[in-house]
This record gives sequence, structure tokens and C-alpha cells, in this order.
Amino acid sequence: MNASRFFPLGLALLLILSIANLVFGAVSLSLEQVWQGLSVGSEQHFTVYEYRLPRIFLAILVGAGLALSGALVQGVIRNPLASPDVLGVSHGAGLAAVFYMTYFAGASTDWLPEVALAGGLVAALILWWLCGAQSSAIKLAITGVALAAFWASCIDFLMLTKPLEINNALLWLTGSLWGRGWTQLQALLPWFLLVPVALGLSKYLNLLDLGDDSATSLGVSPQVLRLVSLAIAVALTAACVSICGPIGFLGLVAPHLTRKLVGGRHQALLPATMLTGACLLLAADLAARTIDPPIELPAGILTAIIGAPYFLWLLLRMK
Amino acid sequence: MSLSAHQLSVGYHGQAIVKDMDLTLPDGRFIALLGPNGCGKSTLLKCFARILPAMSGEARWQGQNLHAYPSKQLSKELALLPQTQPIPEGIKVQDLVAYGRSPYTGFWGKLSQQDHQIVEQMMQQTGTYELKDKLVSELSGGQRQRVWLAMVLAQDTPYLLLDEPTTYMDINHQVELMHQLQRLNKQGKTIITVLHDINQAARYCDHLVVMKEGELKHQGSPDEVLTSAMLKEVFSLNAQIHRDPVAGTPMCVVED
Repeated sequence: MNASRFFPLGLALLLILSIANLVFGAVSLSLEQVWQGLSVGSEQHFTVYEYRLPRIFLAILVGAGLALSGALVQGVIRNPLASPDVLGVSHGAGLAAVFYMTYFAGASTDWLPEVALAGGLVAALILWWLCGAQSSAIKLAITGVALAAFWASCIDFLMLTKPLEINNALLWLTGSLWGRGWTQLQALLPWFLLVPVALGLSKYLNLLDLGDDSATSLGVSPQVLRLVSLAIAVALTAACVSICGPIGFLGLVAPHLTRKLVGGRHQALLPATMLTGACLLLAADLAARTIDPPIELPAGILTAIIGAPYFLWLLLRMK
Repeated sequence: MSLSAHQLSVGYHGQAIVKDMDLTLPDGRFIALLGPNGCGKSTLLKCFARILPAMSGEARWQGQNLHAYPSKQLSKELALLPQTQPIPEGIKVQDLVAYGRSPYTGFWGKLSQQDHQIVEQMMQQTGTYELKDKLVSELSGGQRQRVWLAMVLAQDTPYLLLDEPTTYMDINHQVELMHQLQRLNKQGKTIITVLHDINQAARYCDHLVVMKEGELKHQGSPDEVLTSAMLKEVFSLNAQIHRDPVAGTPMCVVED
């Protein structure tokens, strides 16, 4: 498939999934009810406008953001198995959030996104401090994986030593769009000003695929490009994770799948991978809400159920 | 235009491998950098390609400090074919060759009519035009090397640096590449390549630079440089010099 067919198909799928997300749920509505629900005063206004609609926008943004971060990290580390998770950003955000929930149990959860965001950024800074500006891609990835494992074990330690407070933490850690609305959407939106910056790096990210030496010879500074790309990926991931919790495997699967479909040129890959990520998370959230209503599964569990076997399949195929 | 070193030291982790070197490479020639392992020939090339900084002294391009020269301008004047190349995922041959045009394109990397022409021409020249819609990851080693050469040629620079381009190639591909480089040199390109095979260098190149332990030992035409005394001095080798029966160039035959 080439890019000129991918984008119309992807956008059509995004539209269909969005409508499905408005129609289906604990209570299924007709298209007409959905339409009426968009205006104030209707019976379905709360379900449609306050509950389902913002959640759709959030799923699109978070899916696109995590997928774009994944594509940036894969481009910079030059490994299709890399993702923002390997930098320890998601786990760093998770640790900060769990720490906040267990030690400040009475505090308002309104601050959770800010705390998680700070945790993700600090985790990235620690990685940077350990590796330094001149570090190679592989050193960055291995250090990142080690740090991520360390943050994960800290999370386990906190949850095991504070068993009373873990319920909220567990819910958040599986990654869910449950209960998120317009407020969270507003908090997330400014971070997406980074998207055009990332797209503007496309041409240079292509050259990084040729190796540092060739990129240098073509007039690009690999170190500067790596720093800028990773900073964007870290900020976007931390922002998304701070709202929805870590949504597993999306940052790995979406860019990888998209690279298979539209190829590795970043001018096509970056926007296409955002579309894939948005569709995947919309589909996961739709399934999460409709498999066993009125009980909701966290969308993060569904992405992991699909993502983990995909990851294994990838590993087994690699020679 | 020329490439030169002035009291240049280059190395890794504070350890100089090229030491206080003074060297001017002549324009328009097909130049081989020779010497035993660890003599600093690849290190010197990497400094000229700006992958390594100068520890002291200066590498110069057209009389100016190479490392302070504007990168974008330099990428239109000096191209590098590295020794090993990564295999990018999901990239077609024609895309990879087109990446060589990056110094000339705008920020989105869109190719002009002229860019398309050059990309096509370089694929024709390297015999990779038939592969243009294939993925680079599906090619054989020899095909991939030719695609990379096409990419570097698309950069359209008067100078071309190559780091041991023949090392991992079958002999037929080595000969093919050396002929190709010779043709490019005749068209006016200055070619500077690190080589291992002294006889190969003497046969195809017209200017040899011999280094040992980070220092310049000899430079000049194959006839001037390739002597028994040089082989003894630089490689600690007892060898006789004979004429290549086909090309008439000097070649060394090792004594027992």
C-alpha cells in the first residue's frame, strides 16, 4: 500500500470508529439520538456530549501522540523494537503517580497529571544525565531499558508496602480513558504544538537512517537531531501518559505496523503513524467499553493483549 | 579546491592516532591512503569527513578550517561512503538514492525536476536503475553497495571520500567498483579512498599516500611510492617490485 491510499482509508476508518464510539457503550444509541445528544437540553446530552465525545478526542490525541513518539524513538535509535517505553519515560511517570497516590492518599487527584508529567520528564533527564550528549543509540536504549526495569520495581515495591492505597494506582497504571473529559483534553492539547515541529524533522530523520557518518556527510548533526527528537518524544509521551496512564505497546506497534504499510520515509511515516495510533486506541477503547457492559475494561489492557503477541511475533521473525 | 592537514592530530579518547600531520592532497586525482592496520588512514579520512574533530592542528578545505566550514555548503562539496552501511527498514532504492539530494532540497525534502533527473542518472550509472522499486533490505550485499554509491554520487560533489570500499566485496565487485571510480575520476571527480590492497591501489589509483604510526611516510605516483624500500620500511616486508603484465603498473610480490 502506498501513502496516497493509506491516508483516505485511514481517515475513513477513523471516522467510522469515532461514530461507533458515539453509538455503542453501556447504553447503545441510535444515530439519531447521537445527533440530538450533541445539542444542549436533549435527554442524551450528558452521555454523548459530556461523556463519549471528549473521550473520542482524547483517544485520538493520546493514540496519535504515543504513536508519533514511538516513530521518533524508532527513527532515532534505528531499531524497530524501540519505543518510548524503552526510555523509561512511561515507567517514570507511573512511579511518580503511584508515589503520589500512596503517600498523599488524601490529596486531590486533580494534580495527578502534573505529577506524572514531572515524573516522566525527570526519568528522561536521569537517562540523559547517565548517557551524556555523545552517547550512541544503542547505549541510550540499553540504559533506558535498565532504568525502566528499575522504575517498575520501585512501583511494585510501593504497591506491596502500601496495599491499602493500591486500587486507584492499579487502575491508573493499566491505562484507561475512563472518566476523562473536556478538562483533560484541554490540558493535553497545548502539547500537540510539538507535532508540527516533529513533522518538520522528517527530512533529517530520513538521513539518520543512513547512519551517523552518512548523515554527517549530508550536512546533519546526528547528536543535535537525536536530542531534539527524543525531547519531543519524551514530552509527548509524558503528557499522554499523565492523562491516561501508560497505554502499553501502542508506541511500539503503531509505528511498526505503519512502516510496513507506507514505508520508512518520515514525510509519510510520521503523519501515517499518528493516524494508525489514533485508530488503534479508538478501537481498543470501543472494545473496552462494549465487551462486558456496564463494566469497563482499561483500554491499556486491550492494547497489551494485542500488542504483546505482536511484539513476540516481531522478535521471532527477526534473524 | 583542496583538502589539507596542518599539524593535524586526530584520535579517540584523548589518544592521538594521526600525529602532527602535514599533508596536501592534490586536486583531480584518484588517491589511495595506504598503511598497516592502526596507521591512522581511516582516522584521517574520518577527520576529513568531519566525523572526528581535530585534537590539535587543523584540517582545511579550500584553505579554511574544515570544521568551521558551513555544513550545508560542505555537503555539496565533499561526500563520504562509509565502510559499513546500516540497512534501513522500508526504504526503496530510489528513495535512498534521493536522500543524496538532501543538501539541495528544501525543508520538506521535495525533489525538483533536476533532482529527479540526477537520481535517475546515478542509478543508471551504477546499474541500479532496474532495482529502483525494490526495498534496500531485500538486496544482496553487492547490489546494496552499488545503491549506496549511487546515493553518494547523487550528492554531486567534486570530492568523494571512501573508507575501505572493497573490503567486504567479492573480487568481481571489487574490480567493477575500481573501474567505476576510475571513470568518475576521469569525469573530473577527486577520489580519496582508504585501501588495504597495495596492488589494487597501484593499479587503479594515480596518487598513493602511505602512512605509518600516524605519520606520513611517502606520497606520489605508484612508480615513485611502491618500492622495495618502502615495503620494508612501512610494512616490514621483503618484496620485489614487478610490472603488472596487463596494466604496466608496479606491483609487489612478496618474498619468502
